[in-house]
Order: sequence, then structure tokens, then C-alpha cells
Amino acid sequence: MSARIPLTVAAMTLREAVRRRVVWAVTAMTVVLLSLSAWGFQRIGAELDTLTSGEARLVASQVLNVVLFGLSLIAALGTTFLAGPSLAGEIESGMALALLARPLRRSDVLLGKWLGLAAFGTTFVTVAGLSQLLIVRITTGYWPPSPMTGLALLATQTTVLLTLALLLATAVSPMASGIVAVGLFGATWIAGVVGGVGESLGNQGVARVGTVSRMLLPTDGLWRGAMQAFQDRGALTQMGAEFDGFPFLSEAPLTLAYLTWVLTWTCVVAAITTMSFARRDL
Amino acid sequence: MSAVVADQHSAQRLVRELPASDAVWCSGLRKRYGRQVAVADVSLTVARGEVLGLLGPNGAGKTSVIKMLLGLVRPDAGEAILLGRPARDPRSRANVGYLPELFRYQHWLTATEVLALHVRLAGADVPAAEQRECLAAVGLARRAGDRVGGFSKGMQQRLGLAVALVARPQLVILDEPTSALDPVGRADIRSLLLSLKNSGVAVLLNSHLIGEVERVCDRVVILDRGCVASSGTLQELLGQRELKLELGGVTGAASERLATAGRLSRTGNTYTVALPADQDATTVPNLVADLVRFGVHVHAVETTRISLEDRLLDILRSGSER
Repeated sequence: MSARIPLTVAAMTLREAVRRRVVWAVTAMTVVLLSLSAWGFQRIGAELDTLTSGEARLVASQVLNVVLFGLSLIAALGTTFLAGPSLAGEIESGMALALLARPLRRSDVLLGKWLGLAAFGTTFVTVAGLSQLLIVRITTGYWPPSPMTGLALLATQTTVLLTLALLLATAVSPMASGIVAVGLFGATWIAGVVGGVGESLGNQGVARVGTVSRMLLPTDGLWRGAMQAFQDRGALTQMGAEFDGFPFLSEAPLTLAYLTWVLTWTCVVAAITTMSFARRDL
Repeated sequence: MSAVVADQHSAQRLVRELPASDAVWCSGLRKRYGRQVAVADVSLTVARGEVLGLLGPNGAGKTSVIKMLLGLVRPDAGEAILLGRPARDPRSRANVGYLPELFRYQHWLTATEVLALHVRLAGADVPAAEQRECLAAVGLARRAGDRVGGFSKGMQQRLGLAVALVARPQLVILDEPTSALDPVGRADIRSLLLSLKNSGVAVLLNSHLIGEVERVCDRVVILDRGCVASSGTLQELLGQRELKLELGGVTGAASERLATAGRLSRTGNTYTVALPADQDATTVPNLVADLVRFGVHVHAVETTRISLEDRLLDILRSGSER
């Protein structure tokens, strides 16, 4: 298998992101968020002098998780709304006709789109996430226990969502694919919060809602793994039982079995996308 | 060992000496969208270096046939071969250029970048200077560095033609290539088609403009309701002539004599006879002499060539009457 077609399509996808100003829109939103967080963390830093060092770390790590959730939302919106027009839009407009009449396999085009979008999402999460971590370090002195693991899990979360967005883009219109992907992302997060509340109440039925949603779409599971990597190690014991189910507190790191499931999920969805795209009449 | 090598060489020589396969060969193509049959049964060939016109009314299945040939639509039945390879093999499209009916290109790229992208996707090695020449050939030399988003529809169609031609194709498939062009643009495309023909490139041309097809095509295939209604060289399709006669006092015997000359139709006193392609120079004088002998008053006699448009309408009408 030649890498020429996937790499050409990946480069085209990245160029599309730059030329269609998706990069600039996402950068502008990120700069606003980072600026606000820098101002907020500076204010928090001033207040931290009145707290113990443990309390200060706890506050900084929790606010960091809230801000990083905002960044992950921007990454999710950016990649899904780029994935929709990039594939479904090309099919709908007829742009795909001249492209796919070339001597190439549709699976190579799909792989190229996926690589380009994944590179876009990963670069964004790494640059914006690292900037945020440095802001927190400078303003409050807090540095998370496993920053690289956290950023890697955020990048994986973005990749999982764009894989779903590409699947949807092979079947429905560009706008519908973006809306459904972001809607499912939000619904899974809410289901995760509901599940957390169920766990804190000892209600297994409600708790299962979160477990099932994390299996069906692993974005929330990955987000919880990322939170675990960013939050202070002593956060759980310090916050105590009354904060069980708090949406920006992760109780356990991700297991190897769950990460294997994420990989399997991504491969299965990618395979379904490939089959769906290969069978589609243009 | 040397015997094996000798066998291999002779086998390779045999393959080389085989006649080149058709540029396009397809048989029994069929496609249904839901309950709607788009293509019922289409078989056609385009020889190397030949220009074939695909004609037919809207919804006849022309674009669906083209898309099946290019692997853009999966046929329900039938087989297709492009330049000697099965159409389901992407490599069959390595030397094929295509201008779709719905021509849209990456509007965030410049015309030069669009061409470079297609050259890379085609796996061709075309120098930048040759790509620029290709843009110049379709009249876009001065807009080479402009983004496609700012192009008019006509300019996008010209760009589409450059995209179809840039990777040095042996077969070019053009689906309504002049639909967005002004008369000057149409003339340019006709010249371009003729130069392709002269350089031995096979062309499959789907066009509603019959005059265009008549001027550049060697052969024509007429599709109607998903089937091949008629096909042949322009000579075969247009070789027929029409004889119009203004007559009075036509008897039964005279009518029978008229019918023996060719397919007869009548409007008032005007009798029209479709003369067969193989008629000789004496057919018309002999018919007129016989009519006079039968006592028919012959007021006017006119022979005309049947235009491709008339022939197309005739084929489609007789098809709808069946």
C-alpha cells in the first residue's frame, strides 16, 4: 500500500483547515479562553496565600480541569465541524467526483482525511493544553502530576470524536454530521455526570448509565482519564465523600482494558466508515 | 533456467504484440436507485483514439453509465473495462481524465494548486511548466494563481477540463463539458476535442449539444430509458436522406410504390419517404417516373439530409411509441 494518497489527502485537509480559517477561528476562541483563564488564575493565585498548600493545589487543579474541559470542547467542535464539510460536503457539492475518479482507493482518501484531522486536533490540544498548564504554573505554581498523559488522552478524545464524525459524514449531510457528533459528545458527558451521581448515591441502575455511555462513545471515559492526570493526587481525600459525583473530579485512572476498548472502538468505527464510504454511490 | 527466461521473453513479446484493448468496453450495465431503474442494459465500446458521443434525453442514464465506468457508482450488474483493466480496479483510471457534470473544485486552493493536487493523486510526473500550459490551453493562464472560490461557473468548467487533461490521459470522459460556457468557450472546447482526437486520445463525450457531437464525434450511442436505442458511426446514422414530395391524385398503387422506396409518412399532400443509406442515384428519378406513370400529379420533389437532431428525435419517438 502506497502512502502517497493518504499523505496527499492529509496535507490537503490541513491546508483546508488553514485556508477556510477554521484554524484562525479555533485559535481566536482559544486565545480568549486562555486570556480569561490567565486573568482568573492570577486572581486565584492572589487568594491562595490564605489557604494551606494542599488546599491551594486542590483549587488550582479543579479550576484547571474546568478550563481544560472548555479547551476539549473547542477541539471537539473544531474537528467535527471540519470533518463534516471535509467529507460529506465534498460528496454533496460534487467536489468528490473528480477526486475519486483518480486511480485511488476510497479507503486511502478516508485515511488521509482522518490523519489530517487527527493531526489538526492533536496539534491544537497539545499547544493549547500546554499553554494552559504553563499559565497555571506561572500564576499559581501548580503543575499536574501527569501532564503528558493528560494531553495524550485529550488528543485521543478528539480523535475518537472525529472518527465518529467521519462515519456520520459518509451517511448524512455535513451539518447533520457535525450536530449529531457534538450532540453525542455532550450527551455522553452528561450521562457520565448522571452516572457519577448514581455512584455517589449508591444507585447501581443510575450509575450504569455512565458506564454504558462511556462504552458506547469513549469520549467521556477519556476525559475522566485526562482529569485524573491533571488533578492533584490528594484531591479525592481532601474533597471527601460529599464531593462524590462532582463532574470535574476523576476517581480512578483509566485501566488498560478500557484503553484497549478505546482502540477497538476506534478500529471498528473506522472499518464501518470505510465500508460505508466504499459502498456509497456518488 | 535459460529455457524459462526464453519462455518468459516470448510470452512478454506475445502480450506486447496483442492488439491494444478498447479504451472503454462495457457490457450489460444495470443500475437501479430504489424503484427507479436508471440504467437497464447498456453495452458500448470506445476504441482507442475514437471520439464517441453519448446522446439521449434527460434521465436516459448517460451520467449513471459514466459514473459506473469510473467506479463512482456501483453497478447492480454488468462489467466494464477501462484501458484494458476491470473498472473496479482503481488502476484502470490511471490514464483517464474526467470532467463531471457537477464540476466543483477545492475553492480554498488556487487553480495551479488544484492541478498539482490532481497530478499527485494520478501518480503522474507532469512538470510545473506543462501544468501551466494545460491551464493556458483552457484560457486560464492569467488566473493560475487565483483561488478557485473567486471563479465564475464557466471558469470552473474550464478548470475542470484542465484537471481532466493535466495527467496526460489516454481516455477523457467529458460529461456536458460546455454547459456553463459562452459560444466562444464552446468553440474553444471543440478545437480542444479535435486536437485530442488528432493526438489519438479516446474521448467519451456526453453532450446535449447535438451540433457539437456532430462536429467532433466518430460514433454516437443514443440512450433512451436506460437502454441503447441506437448506435453507429455518423455515416450510418446520418447517411439516410429524406425525400419530400408534394403530390395530388395519389392512388392505392402509387402509395404502395412510395412505400417500397422507404418508410413513408404523410401530412396532407406532403409525403415524406425516409430513403435507405444504400440508395443509388436512380432511386429518386425512378420513383418520380413511376408516380407519373400511375397518374399522380407531382408538384414538388425535395431531397434533404436527415440531421442528427431529427434522427435522435425519430429514434426517441419511435422508442416511446413501442
